[in-house]
Amino acid sequence: MSGLSRRAFLKGAGGGLVVGFFVPAALNRFALAQEAPAPSTVLPPVNAFLRIGSDESVTVLLAHSEMGQGIWTTLPMMVNEELDADWSRIRVEHAPAAPEYHSTVFPIQMTGGSTTTWSELDRYRQVGAMARALLVSAAAARWGVAPGDCRTEKGFVICGDKRASYGSLAAAASKQPAPQKVQLKDPADWKVIGKPTRRLDTPEKITGRAKFGMDVQLPGMLTAVVAHPPTFGGKVKDFDVAAAKAVPGVRAVFAVPSGVAVVADHFWAAKKGRDALKVDWDPGPHADVDTVKLRESYLEKSKSAGAKAAAGGDVEKALGSDVLVAEYSLPYLAHAPMEPLNCTVRRTVDGCEVWTGTQFQTVDQGRVAQILGLKPVQVAIHTTFLGGGFGRRANIASDFVVEAAHVAKNLDKPVKVVWTRDDDIRGGYYRPMAVHRVEGALDAKGNPVAWRHRVVSQSIVAGSPFAGMIRDGVDPTAVEGASDSPYVTAIANHRVDLHTTDPGVPVLWWRSVGHSHTAFAVESFVDELAHAAKRDPLEFRRALLEKSPRVRAVLEAAAEKAGWGTPPPAGRARGLAVHESFGSIVAHVAEVSIDGGQTDGRIRVHRIVCAIDCGICINPLGVAAQMESAVAFGLSAALHGELTIKEGRVQESNFHDYRVLRIHEMPKVEVSILVSHEKSGGAGEPGTPPVAPAVANAVFALTGKRLRELPLRLA
Amino acid sequence: MKLSVNGKEHEVQVSEDMPLLWVLRDVIGLTGTKFGCGMAQCGACTVLVDGQPVRSCVRPASAVAGKAVTTIEGLSAHGDHPVQKAWTEADVVQCGYCQSGQILAAAALLKAKPNPTDADIDAAMSGNICRCGTYQRIRSAVHRAAKLMEGRS
Ligand code: FES
Ligand code: FES
Repeated sequence: MSGLSRRAFLKGAGGGLVVGFFVPAALNRFALAQEAPAPSTVLPPVNAFLRIGSDESVTVLLAHSEMGQGIWTTLPMMVNEELDADWSRIRVEHAPAAPEYHSTVFPIQMTGGSTTTWSELDRYRQVGAMARALLVSAAAARWGVAPGDCRTEKGFVICGDKRASYGSLAAAASKQPAPQKVQLKDPADWKVIGKPTRRLDTPEKITGRAKFGMDVQLPGMLTAVVAHPPTFGGKVKDFDVAAAKAVPGVRAVFAVPSGVAVVADHFWAAKKGRDALKVDWDPGPHADVDTVKLRESYLEKSKSAGAKAAAGGDVEKALGSDVLVAEYSLPYLAHAPMEPLNCTVRRTVDGCEVWTGTQFQTVDQGRVAQILGLKPVQVAIHTTFLGGGFGRRANIASDFVVEAAHVAKNLDKPVKVVWTRDDDIRGGYYRPMAVHRVEGALDAKGNPVAWRHRVVSQSIVAGSPFAGMIRDGVDPTAVEGASDSPYVTAIANHRVDLHTTDPGVPVLWWRSVGHSHTAFAVESFVDELAHAAKRDPLEFRRALLEKSPRVRAVLEAAAEKAGWGTPPPAGRARGLAVHESFGSIVAHVAEVSIDGGQTDGRIRVHRIVCAIDCGICINPLGVAAQMESAVAFGLSAALHGELTIKEGRVQESNFHDYRVLRIHEMPKVEVSILVSHEKSGGAGEPGTPPVAPAVANAVFALTGKRLRELPLRLA
Repeated sequence: MKLSVNGKEHEVQVSEDMPLLWVLRDVIGLTGTKFGCGMAQCGACTVLVDGQPVRSCVRPASAVAGKAVTTIEGLSAHGDHPVQKAWTEADVVQCGYCQSGQILAAAALLKAKPNPTDADIDAAMSGNICRCGTYQRIRSAVHRAAKLMEGRS
């Protein structure tokens, strides 16, 4: 993000925008990995982020949402590096939705793009340092000593033989003038950051006490489910409420923009009411969408040039006549977070309250305000724990929140709108389907001299307030990981093109976004080139990565740990892949075998050796957990994930036909975190992209069969 | 009908077909038991009925009347069941949404098989999806819990 666009946003913030919250050009996530935000010279308002109670409690307020990625622990670690509180006293809460909590990189309150940890490293340390300075000056004033003569330790300010607990100083500290500047510790002196630290949210989450959006209960609250059209863009033509209303417990049935709401005393009655409801749907303009035909049309499109995303040299000439061609294709995928989507809304005399697990507080707040005719400040957002997000809860249209606002608008009682798993799987906002056609050529020595790459996919941001991210017809979220691949850009003659389609299927960022498909194409094709050149896949990559030493080091670390070059256990083979995304680099070496015949058996992944360079690592336990998590998520997509659409209708509906990884399919995952002093990068997403290509490359090594379609199937 | 949940009797007026999950959550107000799929596919709604793991989303409450239902809230008084302790030590949880079901499934497994192998764990727990992918730590925590239980008895 350029400093200019951020300033332009700040200046233009009062302009009449759609939802009134941002200038899209400020949201160029594509530039994120390359450019750090300018360090803020304004210190954060410490009270907004930290509360120290006279009961010795220390409460950290999170500007971002805990969805499993562990920031409930990581951000307090940053605070406590400077604060020196007693770690066992730390409590954590989600912050309300308010401008103080806008991200330090995007001018909205949000969680995504694997940004939370690195983007808060300065702010949350500053908060800790400021609070410590206030406590120290309160103690110094009480004792009549110089602040410089005091030190702190585990929740106490100490000077000689005098000790005062933070709790006993809290009231006096709040009256001290806020420091104008603070000196943060030298990283060499860090005691908390970098230390493996167990999660702070475990006690609630192992006893059932943790409150997710689904668990919100309010006096007089009703529960609603909404019948959605079976096609994207479908509309209610007519509906008959009689049968639904006859279900005991059903209180109201009415149309909302997204379908027909059935409101009842509890979920079961609402669900039964919806089962009984008869709706006549107008299927709308997308009733003929068919993923088989769509794929064919994508393959056809990939044969011609599209909008240019990256180019160097003269690729036409360099391709010559001995061209290696490969077509890769990847399906639509649902995020399928474990907790189905839900949102609770209560209208009050002067506004409304919203309880939900969201990644997009500012966006949701703006949209709810618009629907209920309120100002955003009148909409209080209570962020609950999220039962997984993976991008689905960072919805540009705030679909599940908007729906709840419309339902609440028709009622005078609080209402929780619950999506069933079917609603979730069939509800759109998928990882876009994609086809990649890659062509390459080698010189006489087996070195790659040309790479032509055409991506066919949908734009996530087109037509939305984020559309400013699109440059020269290219949505960076469709080509990231290909247009900036260190392999591709190292080849003198290269070109990456994009064809943007618009079949009417809603799409969204899905854990690792564009990288989730580009890495599969890039890392598979590099492997194909290596084999065509009759060179070792590791050695071939190392040569190509000569100018990307960080990437190369990660690849080498994983390969060495996996025993690359030594024979794998009988019946198994190894494959590797490395990919940079969200400011971090991850390499996986997969060890696979085939259950059953080599031509039609089932792929079994036994072991994944993973190496990551995420720059400065805050919590190694958290990063390792994210790598295991990314492996499971990536394998779900590599081995099972696929949505098919026929006559505009999504065929899959629940975990029996939209399969995700289960425990018996989980490989042994061995994670190495490289020691790095580079700027901190993300951890939530970067582990996912290299999973599928590492497995596909291993399957090729084992069977000689090159699988170019996800999910990977031998027959 | 009368339900016995975590040692407490509840008198509830609900339709015969209402699944135990929704009676627990929406009528009794115990929200630790989770809804994930509603069709016995994910295990998020696992509770123990007379010690056996049951998918409460497809089991009508009327079918468990008179039996002892244990939910995550009733597994231990202070969150210190060996499985919960092992879960803490192994830092298993992520989003946490599946974990009530995972913990109850593990507790039931350990009761039936005090020293399970990896294969036993896979077989007993493959019905419990964790979308966050905490499976590797679940495996090691189950082994750890087995050790803790051994030491105690
Ligand atoms: S909710 Fe019962 S098994 Fe998924
Ligand atoms: S911890 Fe998130 S689904 Fe298991």
